[in-house]
Amino acid sequence: MSTSTPRQEQARPSLRSRLPLRARLAATVGGAAGRASRLAGRGDGSVIGGIIGLRLQPDLLSLLARGRQIVLVTGTNGKTTTTRLITAALGTLGQQVASNAFGANMEAGLVSALARSSDAALAVLEVDEKYVPAMLEATGARVVVLLNLSRDQMDRAAEIWLLARRWRAALAAAPRCRVIANADDPLVAWAAGEARQVTWVAAGQRWHEDSWCCPQCGSHLRREGDDWYCRECSYRRPPVRWMLAGDSVIDPGGRSTKLDLVLPGRANRSNAVMALAVADVFGLSVTQALPAVSRVTSVAGRYTQVQRNGCALRLLLAKNPAGWLEALDVLEPGPVLLAVNAQGPDGRDTSWLWDVDYRRLRGRPVFVTGERRLDLAVRLEADEVLFRIVDSVDDAIDLARTPSLEVIANYTAFQQIRAIVGRTV
Amino acid sequence: MQSALRLVWIYPDLLSTYGDRGNLLVLARRAQLRGIAVEVAHVNSDQRVPADGDIYLLGGGEDLPQILAARRLQGDGGLAAAAARGAVVFAVCAGYQIIGTEFGGAEGEPVPGLGLLDIRSGRGDRRGVGEVLADVDPALGVERLTGFENHQGVTRRGPGVQPLATVLTGVGNGDGTEGAHAGRIVGTYLHGPALVRNPSLADLLIGWVAGTPLPPIDPKQEELVTDLRGERLAAFSGG
Repeated sequence: MSTSTPRQEQARPSLRSRLPLRARLAATVGGAAGRASRLAGRGDGSVIGGIIGLRLQPDLLSLLARGRQIVLVTGTNGKTTTTRLITAALGTLGQQVASNAFGANMEAGLVSALARSSDAALAVLEVDEKYVPAMLEATGARVVVLLNLSRDQMDRAAEIWLLARRWRAALAAAPRCRVIANADDPLVAWAAGEARQVTWVAAGQRWHEDSWCCPQCGSHLRREGDDWYCRECSYRRPPVRWMLAGDSVIDPGGRSTKLDLVLPGRANRSNAVMALAVADVFGLSVTQALPAVSRVTSVAGRYTQVQRNGCALRLLLAKNPAGWLEALDVLEPGPVLLAVNAQGPDGRDTSWLWDVDYRRLRGRPVFVTGERRLDLAVRLEADEVLFRIVDSVDDAIDLARTPSLEVIANYTAFQQIRAIVGRTV
Repeated sequence: MQSALRLVWIYPDLLSTYGDRGNLLVLARRAQLRGIAVEVAHVNSDQRVPADGDIYLLGGGEDLPQILAARRLQGDGGLAAAAARGAVVFAVCAGYQIIGTEFGGAEGEPVPGLGLLDIRSGRGDRRGVGEVLADVDPALGVERLTGFENHQGVTRRGPGVQPLATVLTGVGNGDGTEGAHAGRIVGTYLHGPALVRNPSLADLLIGWVAGTPLPPIDPKQEELVTDLRGERLAAFSGG
């Protein structure tokens, strides 16, 4: 045996060669379409390739998933970042890891990620909240990560309690799957409540507004510090094995390790603890996994610093009230540009703006832009925050005249700004 | 109204699905711009509802919290007592159904409401999601309604209850009408911050409490709201 052979190749025969011919063809044609789409400059090509592959072979995802160890990552906020952190952690095993790193998180995106890395025995895939039951069934995932659940695009998602109920049923029907669940989110805890194998993580919950009710009986939940419980039924926070405590992670052995992440903020420390709990399932200790997790610098353009007309822009994505709360938490001092759209992927309803408390922006130069800038302006006015409406990110830079500018934008507004300032990842 | 306008936000822990705080903030702002002092009470579902408020607000909620809120409000009695002495009630979406005689529970079963309005709500065949445009009952002197709905409710009115508006676009009550009103009680399927784009409806509620015509607001202070309203109405006429 040659010592120069990479480990993943000597470990196992090609996964791809074990696929039925038609599935291999579907994966190949889909991959070619994805490459063509990338070359044509139409996105990163991960969705179109998957769609074509699925049309040729509807059960392509199951076929591509066969023989691999798959981690599914879901939740309202932090999916893309946590997927990246887990991928980095598992990378220390020295094996190839497949991942839908750019957030294409429905079936076609998953297919495309697996088809692109046909020899990867490990895959870390983020999944849209609504598709969790179907993707769990199709992939036979070894691990499912549940981050959080809160109001988001209510015009599409309907009620989050119904989502939690679907997760609960799907996880109860997957006894071989290990669930890594955030015990600090009562809805998530309930969703994982009937799963056979659960690792409970105290990953924190900054946004409480969607979990004042007991998911089991509907009564007002009591909260005391980090603990929560229902006084009217037996439901309460499960005992945790992992914990985020300030800047540190406490592992099941009780060891505390400081989290020195490049990514900012409490939300990312929370994502990192979830990633470390996943790494543990694959035999990686905190000491082994944390260095790779800490080094992740930006995720699909988020948290990136970009130079534009002599000004350092930092781009923060916030898609819903819980996300805005976390983004406002990590703002550096100085001027900030807020951008809001209401296209399909954002949710066409801007009501959520009224769930965000903007008062802490008082006293800071604030610029407002985006297709729904007037909705945002009226919202800021009600919170007595002074601001200026601008037409573009460049106008904000000109008016701010500062060496740096923080930018918070929701989904399509973020993509528009990235298209202007450059897609440096 | 005594010295200050007393706004009571009922059960934000249960009934605040999507931006419902907006109605509270809009009422407070429009009163303050006229020099009217405002007192705000946030009443969670484990607290008593004060009986001496001027305007009571109820927001939207999912099935379980809606049923729980109705049960708690019946047991508490504060809201019914306030309504009986003529306080203003403004209820949206799930809150609108709660103040009626009956609404549909999680599996469609009838759940008793507070009976402040003689309306009965049930579950329709499909969810109404999208922008709403509706012409308000001329008796109220309120401009055309613009807002967003997201519900699966169907509501029928008893005698003595008027529709709040006639639907131009959207679903509303399901029979071409939107919302309902009787006396000083108003309900609507426009969800969340329904008063943000409908300042004249907010003024109607404040005016009922004041008992006198409200002084106008400096147009400069209303410029953004007027622009937003214009933009949303134009989005319809532009197709």
